Amino acid sequence: MKEKFVPALIAGIVTLILAFPLLGLNLVADGLSLVIEGADAKTLRYIVFAALAVFLFQLFKEKLGGIVSSIPLPRKAYGQASVVSQAQRDKRERLFTIIVVALALIWPFFASRGNVDLATLVLIYVMLGLGLNIVVGLAGLLDLGYVAFYAVGAYSYALLHQYFGFSFWVCLPLAGLLAATFGFILGFPVLRLRGDYLAIVTLGFGEIIRILLNNWTHLTGGPNGIGNIPKPSLFGLEFGRRAKEEGNVPFHEFFGIDYSSSYKVVFLYLLALLLVLLTIFVIRRLTRMPVGRAWEALREDEIACRSLGLNRTVIKLSAFTLGASFAGFAGAFFSARQGFISPESFTFIESAIILAIVVLGGMGSQLGVILAAIAMTVLPELAREFQEYRMLMFGLMMVLMMVWRPQGLLPMKRRHMELAND
Amino acid sequence: MLEASLYFIQQLLNGLTIGSTYALIAIGYTMVYGIIGMINFAHGEIYMIGMYISFIAISGLTMLGVEYLPLLLLFTLAISMFISSTYGWAVEQVAYRPVRGGNRLIALISAIGMSIFLQNYVRIAQGSRDIAMPSLIQGGWSFGPPEGFQATLSYMQLIIFIATFVTMTGLTLFIARSRMGRACRAVSEDMKMAGLLGIDTNRIISLTFIIGAALAAVAGLLLGLYYGVTNPYVGFIAGLKAFTAAVLGGIGSIPGAMLGGLILGVTESMTSAYFSSEYKDVVSFGLLVLILLFRPTGLLGKPEVEKI
Repeated sequence: MKEKFVPALIAGIVTLILAFPLLGLNLVADGLSLVIEGADAKTLRYIVFAALAVFLFQLFKEKLGGIVSSIPLPRKAYGQASVVSQAQRDKRERLFTIIVVALALIWPFFASRGNVDLATLVLIYVMLGLGLNIVVGLAGLLDLGYVAFYAVGAYSYALLHQYFGFSFWVCLPLAGLLAATFGFILGFPVLRLRGDYLAIVTLGFGEIIRILLNNWTHLTGGPNGIGNIPKPSLFGLEFGRRAKEEGNVPFHEFFGIDYSSSYKVVFLYLLALLLVLLTIFVIRRLTRMPVGRAWEALREDEIACRSLGLNRTVIKLSAFTLGASFAGFAGAFFSARQGFISPESFTFIESAIILAIVVLGGMGSQLGVILAAIAMTVLPELAREFQEYRMLMFGLMMVLMMVWRPQGLLPMKRRHMELAND
Repeated sequence: MLEASLYFIQQLLNGLTIGSTYALIAIGYTMVYGIIGMINFAHGEIYMIGMYISFIAISGLTMLGVEYLPLLLLFTLAISMFISSTYGWAVEQVAYRPVRGGNRLIALISAIGMSIFLQNYVRIAQGSRDIAMPSLIQGGWSFGPPEGFQATLSYMQLIIFIATFVTMTGLTLFIARSRMGRACRAVSEDMKMAGLLGIDTNRIISLTFIIGAALAAVAGLLLGLYYGVTNPYVGFIAGLKAFTAAVLGGIGSIPGAMLGGLILGVTESMTSAYFSSEYKDVVSFGLLVLILLFRPTGLLGKPEVEKI
């Protein structure tokens, strides 16, 4: 107890040193000079409380740890449960998928407009998360500038529409293609670099793209962004009250029903759902293909892969390019949904949020990424009064997650058979 | 002709000023990288915190009646270095020590989380708007014809040069001569072996973070006085620049960080002067990419041999 007391006391004092100057003393401008104002009593009390908490935690850390580990965890008993065969597991999985997809399809027709709109946003993040998951989770390349490809996708739709009048459906594949090209051009030289260098270069690339968008005013509109981006149409049926393009018919006139703005919202949601399902399908297939296996092999041991004759540049480049193309699709959809884009939407924080989705979900795991995307987007909406603390919590969560559970909430499981243990 | 060369000299001086502060921050990156091979992403935030603490200390000491300028700056420096070092130490304890030895990406993600956390902590504590401080040190020497363009070396710039020079010399002597410095070098050479030979590697790693944070605080105070403005977001871009400087000079090498910082600062000020100030960040990141492509070890770095 005694040898614990001193470190615990130090930890408590350190907490005071860390918290008091920044939280307890506020800089206030007084005319031309700066003065300090002491914080209110409540903040001071919080600081003392935090220091005490740290002190007590350090003092009784081991006892607490003992209590936590003594709680019995539900554990799968070996040998007792009958071994589920792969065929059975596949069948269950398929049934589960069908039910979830059916629910996701039917749900928006009964939900409120705001909720459907939020769900569309969630789906965009799911798509981004899944795309980044290829790069970070499967191939193990830390990409901190993923938002650059998202921006490329968004701006390609906006600009192609503005200058050439291309429709959403033409631009969607083009946006993916353009983002992939950017990924290829960036990836080709930098993928030779070691992991953490790659992270910084991609981060720099993301910043470069944002600065270019911000300053290339005569093309991109600079910080003012691009507005009046049309929503996608359904085979030439538009969802506005009146058709904007000649020859198009509004959706409600075609079917002879009353105009309602929620048709548009539901349509966008369904479109996003379709894109997400497509993404999931493509990635699932890819992970079972030789190239997908090579991604994971390369992540696990690069030297072993190279000595087995895998071309690491081609493999990494394929992951990088594919990941970028999904960001491009998501970007095009994002600009169609928003109707307005500006460089503000593509800052580093956005990259960090997408990365956090991948990390939180469990790198490589698709279901994990989907759940994490839902959590990361819906929770801030639910806790609006904590809006100010959102990024704070978010950074803290990233650290704690790495310390306690680096593999994520739902780590990826390889498909495997289990032999009976008796 | 004279005017053009004076303009050039002015840009060179400005570039060297910024560059020497980049060098101070870059040392934090390079030392940590040299010892545990991780990018301390939160280092830029430590610099930002150093800037805030300096502002708080200057305002507080002025309110307490410390009027004599050298004394005021000395006290501020001591306070800012002490508190920033505590931050550097605590960040390592909380976010990096538990994940050490694992995958590199895990430590990096933890560092990014820490960076976001610190940035928002300061934002909540001190507000997100710019905080401006009246400049304490004014004036300087001007060169050139009184009617044409004059190149100016301000006293503040001179102080930055001197402070950087003194700090760097002190650090170099510490690393080269002192017992702790020798232990630092041993740990960065081979951590396991150093541990076997009785060096407390955990303590050395903590020390590295403390030194790095203290130097970042020096940079924070100097640039805080030079610019007179701060906000919670300055750390991110400054950290990125300093990292670029560290890579440019060869990560892991302390003289390399100094050289890299100076080169980067001059490049930036030349870009803003002769090309466009909007694109100066683009140029420095472009420089980073080029260096990594053609000389991944940097200017003064040693090639890394991967052992199986």
